[in-house]
Amino acid sequence: MLKPKRFYGKGIPGVVLDQLKGQLIVVEGADGSGRSTQIDLLRNWLERRGYPTVNVGLRRSMLVSRELEQAMQGNILGTRTLSLFYATDFTDQLENRMIPALRSGFVVLADRYIYTLMARAIVRGVEPAWIRDVYSIALVPDAVFYLAVSPKILVERNLRKHAVLDYWESGMDMRRSSNMYASFIEYQRQIQKEFQAMQQHYGFETINGNRSPRAVQKELRANIEVILNGKSGLIEDRSNDSNSTQRIARSTRTLADRGEGYQSRVSGQPAARYRATHRFP
Amino acid sequence: MTGKPHESSITGKLVAVEGLDGSGKSTQVYLLKRWLELDGYKVFFTEWNSSAIVRKATRKGKKRQLLTPTTFSLIHSTDFADRYERQILPLLNAGYIVLADRYIFTAFARDSVRGCDRGWIRKLYSFARKPDVTFYFDVPLKTALARILDGRTRVKYHEAGMDMGYSKDPHESFRIFQGKIYSEYRHLVHEYDFTKIDATEPPDIQQAKVREILETKIDLPRYRWQGPVYPQQNR
Repeated sequence: MLKPKRFYGKGIPGVVLDQLKGQLIVVEGADGSGRSTQIDLLRNWLERRGYPTVNVGLRRSMLVSRELEQAMQGNILGTRTLSLFYATDFTDQLENRMIPALRSGFVVLADRYIYTLMARAIVRGVEPAWIRDVYSIALVPDAVFYLAVSPKILVERNLRKHAVLDYWESGMDMRRSSNMYASFIEYQRQIQKEFQAMQQHYGFETINGNRSPRAVQKELRANIEVILNGKSGLIEDRSNDSNSTQRIARSTRTLADRGEGYQSRVSGQPAARYRATHRFP
Repeated sequence: MTGKPHESSITGKLVAVEGLDGSGKSTQVYLLKRWLELDGYKVFFTEWNSSAIVRKATRKGKKRQLLTPTTFSLIHSTDFADRYERQILPLLNAGYIVLADRYIFTAFARDSVRGCDRGWIRKLYSFARKPDVTFYFDVPLKTALARILDGRTRVKYHEAGMDMGYSKDPHESFRIFQGKIYSEYRHLVHEYDFTKIDATEPPDIQQAKVREILETKIDLPRYRWQGPVYPQQNR
């Protein structure tokens, strides 16, 4: 059975959720967690198998991305203002890219989603309840993968790639330390703590990102495989736990298959490997 | 951060004016500001949708018609938050009388007409302090429409609610849109205990009433500049 889409709260006015046939897959993680690499690999994998994909990410809206970029460079906005500016950017993409793509049955790969935006706001002192309310307009993804990487490894990867740490990803605006290295480590720790706290509420899948890109990709694919078969387990798993062993993801399929592909396919093989573990409240 | 803990330390006063386009509220708040500044009070005036940084994005969004009800709402809340964080709140902390030409209630009215959830809009703006006084310039819909539609022939796209697709005719659309906003305001008046001013009266009479009410609600002498009086500037 096709898992119905829903919003966290009241959502966007005028959106017919039943029309959203595609899948929304979110990859979260800090800069240097391997997010972009993993998304590129996922995209290749999906497109090779005939799934049309759309990529979205933060600060890529037509509406405000440039203005937001400028404001970031000048570091002139207050925390709440910046949060709302990002919410505008996010919502523009949600309404004008993600939702139309989902309506057309695309797989939407989101390079970060509301969780990073919420974590950033919360560590800067915004009330968690408020920012959660702001993002109650967001669509509940079919899967959220959080690439957890230790701050020390993040530093290494960032320095190796850019030879410099990003001002914002180091939390330098918070003025905790003038030492950028120390500030980066401390800031990333705080963000990770927020992600851990959010995990209970939003129930995403934490992936150990300290491993090789290949190992991470393998785990992501195994999880996504399940979702693509219309069995994300978000709702069904809960009500139907006893059946979960009957679920198996089909490993190969064609574009033409996909019309009926959302109907549950049951095979006798055990599917422990594919069982989705992420749950939403 | 800018939430409740600070509120006790806020010594300033916040005065908002609300009303339909064409209610004459901008004229009245201007006169109020002139009175206060000429008489030597610490006063600051702020207008809806006027943050320099955010306005650029808003203008682009409006011009190219990129906005949906939700992004329309969010971009205005961004604009408001910028003015709130950088001006309204610090000035209130510094003991100013802050006059706001339209405040969060404008968003409550407009965004709910556009279909956003009323509860969500209120939460979005929950960080904003409620005004000490909110003057609502009450005018029959017909009068407000006549003042706008007779005055200038063109009404702007979003002002007319053209994004809602009520009518292809901007004037007709404006009428319908304003009518809906009017009924939202009628609920807000009670919900937020607005002080109603009869906006059909002559402007000077209205202004006299506004000043009188303000004097009863705010202990004005507390808000005078101390020390040497600065030379007045006409703006």
